[in-house]
Amino acid sequence: MDWLQQLINGISLGSIYALIALGYTMVYGIIKLINFAHGDVFMVGAFIGFYAITGWGLSFLPALIISMAVCAVFGVLIERIAYKRLRNATRIAALITAIGMSLLIEYLMIYIRGAQPEAYPADVLPNKAINLFGAQINSQSLFILLTSIILMIILQFIVHRTKMGKAMRAVSLDMDAARLMGINVDRTISFTFAIGSALAGAAGVVYGAYYTKIEPLMGVIPGLKAFVAAVLGGIGSIPGAMVGGIILGSVESLVSAAGFSLWRDAAAFIILILILIFKPSGIFGKNTREKV
Amino acid sequence: MKKKFSKVFMVSALAAGILAGCSGGNQASGGDGGNSKDFKLGVNMELSGNVASYGESMTKGVEMAVSEINKAGGVEGKQIKVVKVDNKSEAAEATNGIIKLTSQDKVNAVIGAATSGNTVAQAQIANDTKTVLMAPGGTSPTVTVDEKGKVREFVFRTSFIDPFQGTVAANFALNNLKVKDAAIFSDNSSDYAKGLSNAFKETFKKAGGKIVKEESYVAKDTDFRATLTNIKAKNPSFIFIPGYYEEVGLIVKQARELGITVPLMGADGWDSPKLVDLAGADALNNTYLINHYSTEDPDKKVQEFVTAFKAKNNGDAPNAFNALGYDTVYFLADAIKRAGSTDSVKIQKELAKTKDLSLVTGVLSLDKNHHPIKTATILEYKDGKQVFNTKINP
Repeated sequence: MDWLQQLINGISLGSIYALIALGYTMVYGIIKLINFAHGDVFMVGAFIGFYAITGWGLSFLPALIISMAVCAVFGVLIERIAYKRLRNATRIAALITAIGMSLLIEYLMIYIRGAQPEAYPADVLPNKAINLFGAQINSQSLFILLTSIILMIILQFIVHRTKMGKAMRAVSLDMDAARLMGINVDRTISFTFAIGSALAGAAGVVYGAYYTKIEPLMGVIPGLKAFVAAVLGGIGSIPGAMVGGIILGSVESLVSAAGFSLWRDAAAFIILILILIFKPSGIFGKNTREKV
Repeated sequence: MKKKFSKVFMVSALAAGILAGCSGGNQASGGDGGNSKDFKLGVNMELSGNVASYGESMTKGVEMAVSEINKAGGVEGKQIKVVKVDNKSEAAEATNGIIKLTSQDKVNAVIGAATSGNTVAQAQIANDTKTVLMAPGGTSPTVTVDEKGKVREFVFRTSFIDPFQGTVAANFALNNLKVKDAAIFSDNSSDYAKGLSNAFKETFKKAGGKIVKEESYVAKDTDFRATLTNIKAKNPSFIFIPGYYEEVGLIVKQARELGITVPLMGADGWDSPKLVDLAGADALNNTYLINHYSTEDPDKKVQEFVTAFKAKNNGDAPNAFNALGYDTVYFLADAIKRAGSTDSVKIQKELAKTKDLSLVTGVLSLDKNHHPIKTATILEYKDGKQVFNTKINP
């Protein structure tokens, strides 16, 4: 039953990618910006969760909520400081600013607390082995999967059932038309950043609890992988980010399982290249033509 | 026009300045510093980055030995003055660091770095400028011997070498733990881990053991579950994991979560208080590591060092890196004393002749490749504490 165990390993990893990918895809959907600082919001979230747990002695859930709240504010701040004034600049200018923002956050973190890693306490989540058809499943991975699924359901609810969600969808469809209809575009964009960053913060805490080790540059690789996941699912599409994340996590696990553990990262980026060549719009992406 | 001229002038002045700086650096090299009243000791260590905890520990040991020696009158009547640079755990920064130390600070000798890779990155400069480079913990053979098999004249080390550790691990597994089949899970991105796993494999196979599975990972990985599941499928009765604590901590934790209960073993790369944080005390039960020394060693020299260190560091017991840093200074001081001079070339000759020098981490003799032949200690983790298991002599 090795493959079952491998699949569960993959899905737990994938659900973390999915949480990060959601932020990428939402921000891209609304202002067509690939927010490279997103992986670093994830890192900040992991550290806030860590300090909430070790410093204030909180348990997993309150730490998760605090981290999400702080990251939401942090995301809005990034948007207000760095991206808002570039709203009408070229896309490449915004992209480069995003890369700059990412480096700034990483090295500010190193400046503040040093580069040494930190370890999440082992008892944050119940750690029991559950035996399912001969596969050893850790209760932590189930917990993480559950957290991710609940957050995604809440997100679906916000996007499809609330007024703000409607505004978000309207702005992503046509910003100018939305403004003419009386939608406060700036506020809607800020709100999108807040939600995306909150999800990244949640992913950070979940990652810390699952993998134990956090450090200031931890956001780089998961950030890139989440980007691949978002492109795989179709950038701009929310269900696409979820499915893309889980597929990517499973593929990575299966590549390692096949004995090519050193090729795992390569496999993720080969997927990116193949998708960009054969189906740039991704699995759930719509085939839209450039508007003239 | 005028503006343009001044710009051109500035650029050429700058270029001249840089060139002057370079030639100045070259002339200054060789640095025996015979006239100054201090003996300048450069310390090029990992004070931040991936393996900062090694670098910081060694620096602490170095500083303690230096202050002891200075109190006792210094070396050849000179006080030792430490000049520190941080190589950020990166090879390129380590090279920059030694260039700065030899050309700007004009040090008499350099100690560093904590890992083999960062020490090799400095070896060329040390040889070119004829500056003695002392590596406290570079366990790779390549630290003192280059890829063509030629000895790096000016590079020395205090620790034993990787093949030696791999051999010790294989012998311990075969003779003490009585296992016949083992798996290896090694860090593919470090020469250190590769050296260890090769030596382990060779010794283990020669003695009739069987390697049932060989897997590797890359530093910075965080998810090892897939590969560990593969290893588990082969049912090895022992897993050798040469690597550094950052990944090893996660590997041990994830291995235990997947239900791998067999003994796990590593080498000195495991030795960090962070390992217990990362893996958790329970997961570390039934794991072993090779180390340079143990604080529980009843040897008198060790106990004196432990007491002195505790008195200086709020009761914290010294780890092996503290001890190696400390020993490295005494190793150097011993050679200076025999040379009767602080001239680097004379010190170099005496260092190479070191024999049966008694240090905290064991009795040390150098072979012709500058490889120390010395004692290894096996420690076992019990509830998050390292417990002295046995001592293996060469």
